[in-house]
Amino acid sequence: MIAKMPAIARRFDPAVAAAFGCIIALLLLGSLYSRSFLSPEYLLQQLQVASFLGLVATGMMIVILLGHIDLSVPWVITAGAMMSTAAAEWGYGEILAIPFGILCGAAFGLINGVGVAYLRIPSMIFTLGINAVAQGLMVLRTGGFAPQDHATQFMHFIATGRSLFGIPNALLVWLAVGAAAVFLLSRTSFGRSVYAIGNSELAAYLSGADTRRTLLLAFTLCGALAGFAGVLLAGYSAKAYQAMGDPYLLPAIAAVVLGGTNILGGRGTYLGTVAGVVLITLLQSILSVMQIPESGRQIIYGIVIIAMLLLYGRQRIPGK
Amino acid sequence: MDTAVAPLFRMQGISKRYGGVKALDDARLECHRGRIHAVLGENGAGKSTLIKIMSGVVLPDSGTMEIDGTPAVFRTPADATKAGIACIYQELSLLPDLTVADNISIINPPKKFGLIDHQRQRRIAEKALARAGASDIHPLARVKDLPLSRRQMIEIAKALARDPRILILDEATSALTAGDVATVFTVLRQLRADGLAIVYISHRMHEIAQLANDCTVYRNGRHVGTFEAGTKSDEAIVEMMIGREYKSVFPPRTATKAPLKTVLGVRNLSWANRLRDINLELGQGEIVGLGGLDGQGQRELLLALFGVLVGVSGTIEIDGKPTTLKSPRSAKSARVGIALIPEDRKTEGLMLPMSVRDNLSFAALDHFTRFGIVDQGKERRLVGDMIKLLQIKAPDTGVPANALSGGNQQKLIIAKWLMNGPRIMLLNDPTRGIDVGTKQELYQLMRGLADQGAALLFYSTDYDELIGLCDRVAVMYDGRFTRILEGAQINEKSLLASALNLESTDGARAEAAALLV
Amino acid sequence: MIPTRHFFAEHKGTIVALITAIVFFAIYVLNHPVGLTAGVATTAANKGVLLALVAMAQTLPVLTAGLDLSVGMVFVLSNCLASALVVGSPLETAAGLVAVLFAGIFCGLLNGIIIVYGRLQPIITTLATGAIYYGLALSLRPVPGGDVNPAVADALTGQLPFGIPASLAVIIAVVVLIWLPYRRSVLGRAAYAVGSSETAAFMSGVPINRAKLLAYALSGLLAAIAGLMLTFITYSGEASAAIGGTYTLNSIAAVVIGGTSLFGGSGSAVGSIFGAFVLRTIGDLLFVFDLEPFWQPLVQGVILLAAVSLGAFRLLRMRNRLEVFS
Repeated sequence: MIAKMPAIARRFDPAVAAAFGCIIALLLLGSLYSRSFLSPEYLLQQLQVASFLGLVATGMMIVILLGHIDLSVPWVITAGAMMSTAAAEWGYGEILAIPFGILCGAAFGLINGVGVAYLRIPSMIFTLGINAVAQGLMVLRTGGFAPQDHATQFMHFIATGRSLFGIPNALLVWLAVGAAAVFLLSRTSFGRSVYAIGNSELAAYLSGADTRRTLLLAFTLCGALAGFAGVLLAGYSAKAYQAMGDPYLLPAIAAVVLGGTNILGGRGTYLGTVAGVVLITLLQSILSVMQIPESGRQIIYGIVIIAMLLLYGRQRIPGK
Repeated sequence: MDTAVAPLFRMQGISKRYGGVKALDDARLECHRGRIHAVLGENGAGKSTLIKIMSGVVLPDSGTMEIDGTPAVFRTPADATKAGIACIYQELSLLPDLTVADNISIINPPKKFGLIDHQRQRRIAEKALARAGASDIHPLARVKDLPLSRRQMIEIAKALARDPRILILDEATSALTAGDVATVFTVLRQLRADGLAIVYISHRMHEIAQLANDCTVYRNGRHVGTFEAGTKSDEAIVEMMIGREYKSVFPPRTATKAPLKTVLGVRNLSWANRLRDINLELGQGEIVGLGGLDGQGQRELLLALFGVLVGVSGTIEIDGKPTTLKSPRSAKSARVGIALIPEDRKTEGLMLPMSVRDNLSFAALDHFTRFGIVDQGKERRLVGDMIKLLQIKAPDTGVPANALSGGNQQKLIIAKWLMNGPRIMLLNDPTRGIDVGTKQELYQLMRGLADQGAALLFYSTDYDELIGLCDRVAVMYDGRFTRILEGAQINEKSLLASALNLESTDGARAEAAALLV
Repeated sequence: MIPTRHFFAEHKGTIVALITAIVFFAIYVLNHPVGLTAGVATTAANKGVLLALVAMAQTLPVLTAGLDLSVGMVFVLSNCLASALVVGSPLETAAGLVAVLFAGIFCGLLNGIIIVYGRLQPIITTLATGAIYYGLALSLRPVPGGDVNPAVADALTGQLPFGIPASLAVIIAVVVLIWLPYRRSVLGRAAYAVGSSETAAFMSGVPINRAKLLAYALSGLLAAIAGLMLTFITYSGEASAAIGGTYTLNSIAAVVIGGTSLFGGSGSAVGSIFGAFVLRTIGDLLFVFDLEPFWQPLVQGVILLAAVSLGAFRLLRMRNRLEVFS
């Protein structure tokens, strides 16, 4: 059956199409409520907000493609935010604050990678432990209070400023990271290994691939991107605060899965993840604009995810 | 066959397709009480699908089944069990984390106050194990802690505990030791005397000659013939199975050239009681077979040479230089140049959902990757060349590997390693489950590779392949080479004799083995 | 019955968790300024019992090789429900109790239905239903508040004769009345079978769907019991995403420390209880050793990491590198 489809039709991923369909449906639905939902200003604003989630989801997607998961994202984001603002305070100045935040995220990611690739601990539990450690380190540093450090002007500019025809800088960052991710996944041997490991780590290993190095690199990337998201979030709100990464874990996973990436690894396109991120962001925004209370938003949010997955995310029954 | 008595089980007109492949076409089978019915056929002849349908694992596309004259439809394995059919699978159906007793009464455990009665369950297990001739197994041991041969005995006990009317054995003796096989045969004869209908699937002709009352032969999913055991010669049966004389399928051996240059030397290789003191020299241009019963260390030897096993002692020499192989990555490096065609195509050989192109180029990616970036033009060219060379039948290189037939999948795996330009190829039963036509192509290909200077180490469970294709055959028994056969020595009789280690001084073992032949 | 080596092999994880819990608790008590009094024990038990129950709830899906990320939210939802329903006359209180328990079963069953019949992955399913349950909790209790029948609350969180903490008795009752019968039931064993190898379970004719449905439903029930206990301890309901999230994640940690394999098929909810008490006692240990409170998350995290990293020792025994992939 699959073999008989023309090459173009095979590339056409129903999940990605469905996700984009849902985005359009959401916008139309929103425009019934208020015209402003279709205005470029509103859309750009949404894409700016989506960029933060987009960075996190990019790293998460690579890890999920491997058949793993990174639950350390919340506090790695927070660590990225706190360490970049701290670096600014220590006088490393405008330039070094951002790379320092990213580097801290990458360091946590690296430890995740060591645990998963070399110690072979299930990623679900090892990254959970790293999340706790990251939290512990941040609480230790701040004494559990909101740190007094402030984001640098440059961080603020990247997170909230606009340049180039009024396109938000954060969106430009996401575009750059996204383009790099697409290139990495489709054109490099690293990308091939990611998909290969996600489909069958055994076959990848027996093909002579360095599976451990790929895992290590993927987790490091995921950590670095979470750290970067933290830096931008700190820039966005001008400072870092406790647990600021918590609201990003579940939406990141949901965005990746809604975009058609198999939660067990091996299959998924970056375009799908983009669709998932935009979809989640729009959904959250429309629900809040419609002044639906938080409780209703959560319920609708959950129902929409389940409904969409029932529509196209079902797995085959074993044995039949 | 005694047709006066109505059969206990009858299936007619059964067909089943998997994607584009017809696994069964108008299949039929009749089983009678108190008789053992052997089902014969090559790998891929449809035997496994047949019994999966009989035991409710797979639903047929068409056809009817009846038990005792009443129509039967099995939607799940539980339905078949209820109807009195128990199956002993080749792929084990045991639950590794559960105890032996749990496994034996997994569906219908004895209950007290609605809960599982562990004491009674243990007694049932003890009885079933005794009936299967395996009282040495402790009912409270966990299955995953037991060796493969013991698990197979549990599988038999589990089937017996269900008190079946029809018992199906699918290659149930392949993992067993000679002593266990003798035990199982005694048990089966007793069950036949008790009035059970038994369906027995095996590749081993002598087993069938010893046990069966009736035989049915399948080929390419079709019923070829049913006859009473002992009415046809072995040669005639084999011809029914393969549909022609089998001698012609192998390419001629190349006349032996002057002293072969040794590419791979193995000295005193041992590993964890599974490999003992292996010595071997593999020369350029030769195909060396690995023989012996399944599970005598052949798989482990190939893995050891591919850098997968930890704690291998002895030396491996490549071009006369001692070499340490720490991983498949080091084994495939340009200096060493080893490739492994693994045992299980679907999990070890391919990333099934990925495209033919991605699969093909994956092992050789280094050859057209610069600074980590894949040169897709070069990749496409090389992949296209390979597909042409091996005549892989795929609509285009973008289709997922699982859309290909088994034979083409195996070609894909070989092609993926050829792209890496290997000098030494290790092949682990590469023709298993492949149709005769593709097999022949693979034989040609292997001989062609040898002629071009590659060295092949080739494990096969099919003696005909070892006889027809190999220049030398090393027969393994219990992790050792018992004999290395050459030239005219490579025949079925000496292969079997060395496989069963009949020349061994170990009296008891030889005696047990002799029972079988 | 005399315990055999097979008994020890089967319950190794639980036994190790028990010993660890005892050692940790002993260190805690020995260094406690007051020592082991009924009051100290009751406080410790009340703190531990909540996570213990949530961890038990997590164990059931994990045994089937699944996961329940909504378990903390069911816990929070039950807490909010209980703070509204478990009040008034004895009859009303009893009706409220039953209603909360049924709500928990319903939540779990809904997870199970979506996973079994919708054929969705447990992780993502429960992630989404978790949001739904949290939303429901929030609509019930936009701000913390409510009440609970104080007589019942005090009876279940106070002390029994001989200074035994009542909450400990609750846990024991849950084990005896729910876990042990489940463990010995056909569907309970089927859950282990599914987690051990779904293919082999299918081939053996194990009722896979019913086993999963029951596992998730009972998981909901246990989370609801935990929610009730939370209400009895705090006398109020609070729809806190932080509490739900923390309990979900800690429950996974407790399950692992308790010796249950995240790949399914082996382990025990009893082990998870000990795992939960180990986690809780770590926090208390820091207190008795006079560590500043902000050291606590770090030490807890490091110990959790160290505990799960012990699993890496199996690599040293491994002779075939392919085993790491199985």
